Amino acid sequence: MGSTSAENDGTGSTENSTAGVGRRALIKRSAALGLVSVPAMSFLSACASGGGDDNSGDNEGKTSESNPFGVKKGSKLDVVIFKGGYGDDYAKAWEAAFKKQWDVTSVHTGTQEITGKLQPRFNAGNPPDIVDDSGAQQIPIDVLHKNGQLLDLAEVLDAPSVDDPDTKVRDTLIPGTLDAGMQEGKVVALNYIYTVWGLWYSGKLFEEKGWEAPKTWDDFLAICKDAKSEGIGGLAHQGKYPYYINVAIMDLIAKKGGLDAMKAIDNLDPKAFVGSDAAQEAIEAVYEVVEKGYLMPGTNGLTHTESQTRWNQYKAAFITSGSWLENEQLKTTPEDFDMKFLPMPLLPDSALPFEAIRAGSGEPFIIPSKAKNLPAAKEFMRRMLSKEWSTLFAKEANSLTILKDGVDPNVQLRPGTQSTVEASKAAGDNTFRFLYTEWYSEMGTAIENASNELMAKRIQPKEWLKRAQAAVDKQAKDPASKQNHRD
Amino acid sequence: MRKGQHRFVAGFLFFPVVLYLIFVIWPYIQTFGYSLTDWKGQSQTFSFVGLDNYTALFKDDVFMGAIWHNILFLVFIPVITILLALFFAFMVNAGGRGRSGGVSGVAGSKYYRVVYFFPQVLSLAIMAVLFGAVYRSDGGGMLNGVLIKLGLVDPDRPVEWLNEPNFVLWALVAVVVWHGVGFYLVLFSAAMQSIPRDIYEAALIDGAGRAQSFFRITLPLLWDSVQTAWVYLGIAAMDMFILVSTMTAGDYGGGPDHHSEVMSTVMMRNFLLYGRSGYACAMGVVMLLLTLIVSVVMLRATRRERIEF
Repeated sequence: MGSTSAENDGTGSTENSTAGVGRRALIKRSAALGLVSVPAMSFLSACASGGGDDNSGDNEGKTSESNPFGVKKGSKLDVVIFKGGYGDDYAKAWEAAFKKQWDVTSVHTGTQEITGKLQPRFNAGNPPDIVDDSGAQQIPIDVLHKNGQLLDLAEVLDAPSVDDPDTKVRDTLIPGTLDAGMQEGKVVALNYIYTVWGLWYSGKLFEEKGWEAPKTWDDFLAICKDAKSEGIGGLAHQGKYPYYINVAIMDLIAKKGGLDAMKAIDNLDPKAFVGSDAAQEAIEAVYEVVEKGYLMPGTNGLTHTESQTRWNQYKAAFITSGSWLENEQLKTTPEDFDMKFLPMPLLPDSALPFEAIRAGSGEPFIIPSKAKNLPAAKEFMRRMLSKEWSTLFAKEANSLTILKDGVDPNVQLRPGTQSTVEASKAAGDNTFRFLYTEWYSEMGTAIENASNELMAKRIQPKEWLKRAQAAVDKQAKDPASKQNHRD
Repeated sequence: MRKGQHRFVAGFLFFPVVLYLIFVIWPYIQTFGYSLTDWKGQSQTFSFVGLDNYTALFKDDVFMGAIWHNILFLVFIPVITILLALFFAFMVNAGGRGRSGGVSGVAGSKYYRVVYFFPQVLSLAIMAVLFGAVYRSDGGGMLNGVLIKLGLVDPDRPVEWLNEPNFVLWALVAVVVWHGVGFYLVLFSAAMQSIPRDIYEAALIDGAGRAQSFFRITLPLLWDSVQTAWVYLGIAAMDMFILVSTMTAGDYGGGPDHHSEVMSTVMMRNFLLYGRSGYACAMGVVMLLLTLIVSVVMLRATRRERIEF
């Protein structure tokens, strides 16, 4: 006892005690190095891939007038649904209907981990047949498209509609709803749900306080001021995800400057932000809310559920969101809350009227080009755009689809959804939709980061404009961005 | 060695080595291969771009910032965790001054030993949710709630812990330390218990106080365990993916405005969200190299003479 030895702790009882490095030390060291590789490994192996393989199953049936794609009876359909705000019950209802119609059994996967589950399958050339590629972990459509993984949906859209065989499916949809799924001029994703974006308020709270739904930015600020004096926040937003407040900022820009201001951003104009009066006035207007302390306290750091729940508890007058809000908040919304949608209030001298809203289709459904059962997948999508399935969706998920008059009038809608129906009727053709979010994920993230800084008062409107413009300019340098353009 | 022994050993080693080659070494090589391409991550089509990804990497402010954050974690997480764990372990095992003059822990040490270990039982995902509630940015958060009650924070301006560039990294360090101390306390306790009591008693008789018996006896005899702890914690500090990606703002975390970014979150965002997978693989390779360097350096730097007893 008490002897010291730096390296060799062999006791001399075994033959190999003469080795320079003691056995125990060696084992310990190699174990430590093994440990090192573990965390690094888990990331590295995410990069690794299996090889691709081609597996052309025999799923072709005979085509006929009622079976334009040649669905084969008794085949199997692999359906993956993003199980988020809308759940996945609607898809199960569809699958049951599909089984009845075609005797095609669906393998159903409802998940939030779209990327985790599907990326390896895409890489291995073994993707599902139809996918609802949505949610926080969606695989970006631009990325999938660039890799040639998506089927051009023209064939489905040009097929006869289920409800009226004389009309093409394409012509039964709300105009403009296919645009969001365009990549390089082709529709590769069917954005199925008709969503409107804007502000939301509680009809009950407004009635209690005697507030009128504001139509101008000044009225909006007046209500925020009033709310603050009553001890509640003016505007709440889902600060942990700057996506939401960014929607409000961009909507103000589009309404102030008109569609040209919006297209300037989508088309990566060198004056999209810096040098655009609309952008400057919009961002200064939003900053005024921050500066005057009209934000709900702490909202900059809250998640979407936290902030929306606070708003449900009457802790803020307004919140930003899209029309999935009602379904998402079903459980926390009080019975008599009377949820109402409000188009973004107008800045003075705006190019678009108050009724104009950001509206469009969301929740992209895709058919992988390497799907095993293409005929059934195409038929499934055609059925989705029938009145029967669209009504099934509205019933199960409290939301509208892109099918024109797609809901059976006998279905009773919840107050928030009802108010979006009215708002979109009032808007008529005055709808707009940014596309840069679908085209340029990286640029979108950079602008959102800047918005987050602005809301936290760490940067000023000038700096925001500079950073947003820098993101645009950086994206414009990417040769691939030449292929996206809107007129 | 006896005849046939080599074949015997090789027979046992064959399958593990093959598995290791296929599932560990081959992905490393593949990743390195991908890091030299413009792979976009969703198919097997890409072209070779040489070292472009690596040169771009060193001009990428976000990734460079992330490396600095990892280094900061690397310095503070092990130091704070080990110091706290050592202190608690010492108090729990030898900090007490018993009536009979023997060496024992402070009163209630058995209880503390169990309680300290609780955090280790929680998975990191649960920790993220738990501390999400602690750091919540409005009056509903635990810290803010207490501070507002005490009148230290204005209820209209609660501290947005995870949305403050100056706080966010420390908030994360606190979570990791809270999580880790219990485990290292148990590790050090076990090592302390194998130190013969008579050494302490001899020191006591010679008039050594708590501090002296800690620095002259406990610490030198614990050095092996401290070294192990250091490497483990260093590796944890190089990772941090789960906590950063779930607790901080933005896709795969890293917010506000990249102030809490670590290498792995930047890598994931590029890999999955931006579709720049070849570039992300280059980050993976850099991460691997840095982690290897860090562990080798830590093992070397902490090597001391070993005392046997």
